[in-house]
Amino acid sequence: MSARRLALNGAAGVALGYILMPLVFVTWLAFFRQEIPSFPPEGYSLRWFASILDQPKFVEGFRMSFQVGVLATALGLALGVPAALALVRGRFRLRLPLSHLMMMPLIVPGVVLGTAMYVFEVEAENGLDVDVLGTFYALVAGHTVIVIPWVVRLVTASLAGVDRSIEEAAQNLGANAFVTFRRITLPAIRPGIVAGGLFAFVTSFGNLEMSLFLVGPGRTTLPIVVLQYLEWKIDPTIAAVSVVQILLIGIAMLITDRYVKLARVV
Amino acid sequence: MARLDIQDLVKRYGDFHAVRDVSLSIEDGEFLVLLGPSGCGKTTTLRMVAGFIEPTAGTVRLGGADITRLPPWKRNAGMVFQNYALFPHMTVAENVAFGLEMRKVPKADIARRVEETLALVRLAGYGGRLPRQMSGGQQQRVALARALAVRPDVLLLDEPLSNLDAKLRQEVRVEIRELQRQLGLTTVMVTHDQEEALTMADRLVVMSEGRVRQVGSQRDLYERPADRFVAGFVGRTTFLEGTVEAPGRFRSDGGLALACAGGAPGKAALSLRPERVEIAPAGDAAALARLDNRLPGTVEFVSYLGALVDIHVRLSPTDRLVVQLANREGGFTPDVGQPVQVGWNAPAAQVFNA
Repeated sequence: MSARRLALNGAAGVALGYILMPLVFVTWLAFFRQEIPSFPPEGYSLRWFASILDQPKFVEGFRMSFQVGVLATALGLALGVPAALALVRGRFRLRLPLSHLMMMPLIVPGVVLGTAMYVFEVEAENGLDVDVLGTFYALVAGHTVIVIPWVVRLVTASLAGVDRSIEEAAQNLGANAFVTFRRITLPAIRPGIVAGGLFAFVTSFGNLEMSLFLVGPGRTTLPIVVLQYLEWKIDPTIAAVSVVQILLIGIAMLITDRYVKLARVV
Repeated sequence: MARLDIQDLVKRYGDFHAVRDVSLSIEDGEFLVLLGPSGCGKTTTLRMVAGFIEPTAGTVRLGGADITRLPPWKRNAGMVFQNYALFPHMTVAENVAFGLEMRKVPKADIARRVEETLALVRLAGYGGRLPRQMSGGQQQRVALARALAVRPDVLLLDEPLSNLDAKLRQEVRVEIRELQRQLGLTTVMVTHDQEEALTMADRLVVMSEGRVRQVGSQRDLYERPADRFVAGFVGRTTFLEGTVEAPGRFRSDGGLALACAGGAPGKAALSLRPERVEIAPAGDAAALARLDNRLPGTVEFVSYLGALVDIHVRLSPTDRLVVQLANREGGFTPDVGQPVQVGWNAPAAQVFNA
């Protein structure tokens, strides 16, 4: 092995270690026995995992985040897939500006996005004279906005790789535009849709900054529950919650990877 | 199968005329080849027949019915794409069955017809494979089977052989042609490869810049090219630039005085097929005495092609001619730098006025 290769592998190793470090420490911490985290640990225990289940706010927060994530992902796919089709296939004047606009939620800081949505919801509530702010649906709508860029990006990428002539071949054989999409295009972009959906869900599930502005009484998502808990306690319960989250997302990725090779679409 | 009539077909993209006033009739069971350099409008024409491109003007009739404005899926035209365009997520059998499914053919019949069609292209037993598990030649045959399974009124081939290696291409040419005859398929093929066009076609159409330059048999195109473009595109030829001074008298820009057949006075080019020119050693006065034109020259370049030898002869500072000789035992093959004489009879060369 040449020195250059060694240096490259070394740099990659350092970067990987840097990324994994917090995950490793959080996971380690979750198994500490003592309440105040200190090194070295006095011993190990599973009590913090049990403590999650004892506190309904964590379970509730988890359920809320899960529901919002699933709904936002579904809506994001319903809007993002057609949008990606239009952006890749369409030939219209506003194609490029629209494409940038749909990427905006990735670039705009969450706090700014949250403030904007808060103001918008207040205005909407006043204008329409119905409850908007703090409702479940408004929260889902907000999350839909932040998941759309992921869906659009990943579906766009896989659409760009689809050979147009296979769609033409289908039409030539008698399939109309709709059947062609269902039988030919959709299977071809399925990896992009699955990956887009996964990233959408993870983004929604972990979102904190924007959600802070949109949650209402009795409707808090898991990241907010975690934040509120941390304000007055630092015991390893939070670490345990994080481990559960990491595990869930990890399992979701592994399952997805079985059907669609993530390395190929991301 | 049915006849195909294309009338005054036009496709404009803004100011660009991709296809200009193309009219063609393809008889029932005929194999027509559209031949031309890239960008000549041949593929656009084919795609308008398939329905992927909407014509700016003109009509396409298939079996007498006007299909100009029908979407692709309502035309009964089977197409083989240049890259085959097989559905990657479907097996070979599913690919071939797709068109039958779309036509609501009963399941049992589909299975039977898929079998039959795969056997027809010598792929019986390959139905369960995925396209990516097959070689290029096999994929090409799957594409053909898929197009044939629906029993199309017309078969459209878009450069179907260009992705195959040279050896395979020769075999597949013959195979497609035999199949086409056997099934009596009305066929339109697009290609830029003249050898392919010449070996496969009943009739050829030479196109350039969106226009039909000439329609005819192989012999028509080679022996009686309609214009300078066709003469240069089909087969090889050397052009001598010059002027027709009087009927039968041509003077090249390099000053050579030549006898020619036909041509109106004015700027013109003389087209000479390399195999129609004779060559002899410079000293042999009797060798070319019977020919209308005899010229001295010097051999500049010899390329040995096996069965044939190409000899490039310099006649004047601006005139150079290619002579092709059959590589016969004991035949004359000059060396580079050797003085020679070349000759031909006036009707062997064709005059194209500028």
